[in-house]
Amino acid sequence: MAVTPPPVVLAARGLTRQYPGVRALDGVDLTLRAGEIHALLGENGAGKSTLINLLTGAQPRDGGTITVDGVAIDPDGPGGAVKAGIAAVYQEITLLPNLSVAQNLYLGREPTRWGLVHRSRMNREGGALLRRFGLAIDASRPLSDFSTAVQQLIAIARAVDLSAKVLILDEPTASLDTAEVQTLFTLLRVLRDQGLAIVFVTHFLDQVYALTDRITVLRNGRLVGERRTADLPRLDLVAMMLGKTPTAESHLSRRPAAAIPAGAPLVRAEGLGRRRLVGAFDAALHAGAVLGAAGLLGSGRTETALLLFGVETADQGQLLVDGKAVTLRSPRDAIRLGFGFCPEDRKLDGIVAGLSIRENIVLALQAKRGWWRRLSTAQQHELADRYIKLLDIRTPDAEKPIQLLSGGNQQKALLARWLATEPRLLILDEPTRGIDVGAHAEIVRLLEDLRDRGMALYVISSEIEEVAAYSDRVLVMRDRAPAGLLEGDSITPAAIVNAIAADHHTQGAA
Amino acid sequence: MGRFMNTRTLPLLATVVVFVLIYAVCAAQYPAMLGLRVMGNLLTDNAFLGILAVGMTVVVVAGGIDLSVGAVMGLTTVALARLIEGAGLPPALAFALVLALGGLFGTGVGAAIHYLKAPAFIVTLTAMFLARGCALLISTDSIPIHNAAYDTLAAAALTLPGGGRLTLVAGIMLLTFLAGGILLHGTRFGARVFALGGNGHFAQLMGINTGRTTILVHAFCSLMAALAGIVFSLYTRSGYALTGTGVELDAIAAVVIGGTLLTGGVGGVAGSFIGVLIQGLILTWITFDGTLSSWWTKIAIGALLFLFIAVQRLILVASARYGRSGAGPAAPNTPNQATSAPASRPSSGAAAPSAS
Repeated sequence: MAVTPPPVVLAARGLTRQYPGVRALDGVDLTLRAGEIHALLGENGAGKSTLINLLTGAQPRDGGTITVDGVAIDPDGPGGAVKAGIAAVYQEITLLPNLSVAQNLYLGREPTRWGLVHRSRMNREGGALLRRFGLAIDASRPLSDFSTAVQQLIAIARAVDLSAKVLILDEPTASLDTAEVQTLFTLLRVLRDQGLAIVFVTHFLDQVYALTDRITVLRNGRLVGERRTADLPRLDLVAMMLGKTPTAESHLSRRPAAAIPAGAPLVRAEGLGRRRLVGAFDAALHAGAVLGAAGLLGSGRTETALLLFGVETADQGQLLVDGKAVTLRSPRDAIRLGFGFCPEDRKLDGIVAGLSIRENIVLALQAKRGWWRRLSTAQQHELADRYIKLLDIRTPDAEKPIQLLSGGNQQKALLARWLATEPRLLILDEPTRGIDVGAHAEIVRLLEDLRDRGMALYVISSEIEEVAAYSDRVLVMRDRAPAGLLEGDSITPAAIVNAIAADHHTQGAA
Repeated sequence: MGRFMNTRTLPLLATVVVFVLIYAVCAAQYPAMLGLRVMGNLLTDNAFLGILAVGMTVVVVAGGIDLSVGAVMGLTTVALARLIEGAGLPPALAFALVLALGGLFGTGVGAAIHYLKAPAFIVTLTAMFLARGCALLISTDSIPIHNAAYDTLAAAALTLPGGGRLTLVAGIMLLTFLAGGILLHGTRFGARVFALGGNGHFAQLMGINTGRTTILVHAFCSLMAALAGIVFSLYTRSGYALTGTGVELDAIAAVVIGGTLLTGGVGGVAGSFIGVLIQGLILTWITFDGTLSSWWTKIAIGALLFLFIAVQRLILVASARYGRSGAGPAAPNTPNQATSAPASRPSSGAAAPSAS
């Protein structure tokens, strides 16, 4: 529409942030222009949160520059970023529920009279400020009186009133219903038209297309690209997010089709589902075969694993193991049946950071045996050393705390934990997440090796190329329900992306 | 209705109801307790506790605790006695000195809590031993204070109708509550204290200097403890190192009974005032009774505390369960309001988000 592009408000160049074992952000650029809503997209672990933390000064950066209106800034905390004109509103509302709405709006800069807080003026001005943001509420009431949606609008009002150049919204619609999302969008469009640069982080693609002007996609801590929303078809966007660009895994080649062993599957899910978690899906897991699961963040892909491993209990459909119907009430039931599960968030659900590699490896086997049949120290050492060698876990010895290993080696240790129990079915959620790209191929090779040794594998991944390479079947999830099943030669990265992005009626939020 | 029946005011309301009930029982049994004479004495006898409770309220609202106030009070009385009796300082100078020392002591306590990231419980426990030890080092005996100015101050009082007397120390206590109320509810500092107690991390994200606030809060609390020591030494006209053993717990009890949540962020000094009065009233009633051991006060306070903690818990649970419905009236009108936003916004827009 405009001939000359609007002025650049914020320019971040080459932002880098190193964590132990993984480079969370690697030379990422971000350009924000006045009067635009800019979507920041990427799968989990892409580096979105890290980028936001660097912009708001919540974390120091290891490299790169940030300029606001051409002036280099170096925020050393939320206060510094706010002074520079950058404010963030998070999905979790970081206001104080024990204070009044007006106190929240003006905390630290309350209007005063004779040295005392001018309460009536503060409430009046707070009310007026909120009315400009479309909220007609009594600002003297406690914040906790209001719904999450209203609190979020209050947080935005505070942020814009404090520093009105760049507004970062991290998953603002995650806990809003459809009407509330529309209210928020209306407000954001008004703010955009006033010249604010807005960063909008979400995993709802419909919302990206409904609201934003420009898109920056991150993947594995790197910048994939910046596009105008109008020029980027949904299919291409999904491809950017899931990484179809030839990188380290481009050498992966698909093995010959028709490898699915004959005979009854080891585990069969028939219409398995749970209300408000994931819609009914079918899955057949054969010994010596890989079932891949693909889909975007929030598509329900992880939830299928939670049902198969008994973390959540299904309320519909049935699960057959060796042809017999079983009910999984807890992961213990699943472990007893010979299942193993490497969860998505290693740090949160997987490794026990303070324990040694050896202790982490023997954990699942010990739990399976029961705590009264303790593995002797000699057995533990033998087991740990065997898997460290087998999986090529790079560590000087088995007694090193696991948190000191790199992401890839932590993942291998987790894998070792389950391999030690000699599972019949191994479920892996994002086995290559947060691992330096070079180590991806190694993990993939390991999976193929396990498959060839007759294990049934269920692998959930947002690495489309990898899924396409090692899967015998691919279950595609979308909007918390199955969206297709690909088999044999029809499994190609393009076909998977197509199935994920296939146009469907707009569902708004939820 | 909704405005007054929320988690913030309900505990205070419960405290007022309990106070009125106890007062009614007392008055029914001993009509003499109704008079201003008894009320005047009540204020005088509990002046030091009231002043401690003001400081404690601020600390607890900020989400902390201070176990050192009793020891600081004891240290103050014995230091005063030594300064006036031993060194011959005029009382006014001695007062200024101990107040300054109290403030400094609290600054150190607050700094230790903030910079060492240590729990307030442990740091103030350490401070308690430190202060009590220093007090006993000065003197293990009670030191009487013989000073004309002191006697005048101690005896100074307003005569109330009905033969009651509002002594100077009682007046100081009332003024302290007034000042504490203004500080906590009327100043920017007070808002920061509530913010810190509500959620320290969020407060920091909102740009509050939480370290400075923590230090100031403890400085204020110890200052109040020193003031309580002055008041107590006027009341007894002596200084004794073991003065105020355990009163930090009485002060905490008064604060909790007054409706201030130990988790921080909610409360105020008005409730603490009533909490002090309730404790004093129970003691007075037991004195009137004459047959009961005064230790029954402790039992009654214990029972009351338990009652209040249970009530606060119930209110929190209830508000968590019905709180959504409380938000109901506000939420529905927002989408309608919001639809009018685009129309009204551009016109007022120029005034809204001005940069800089």
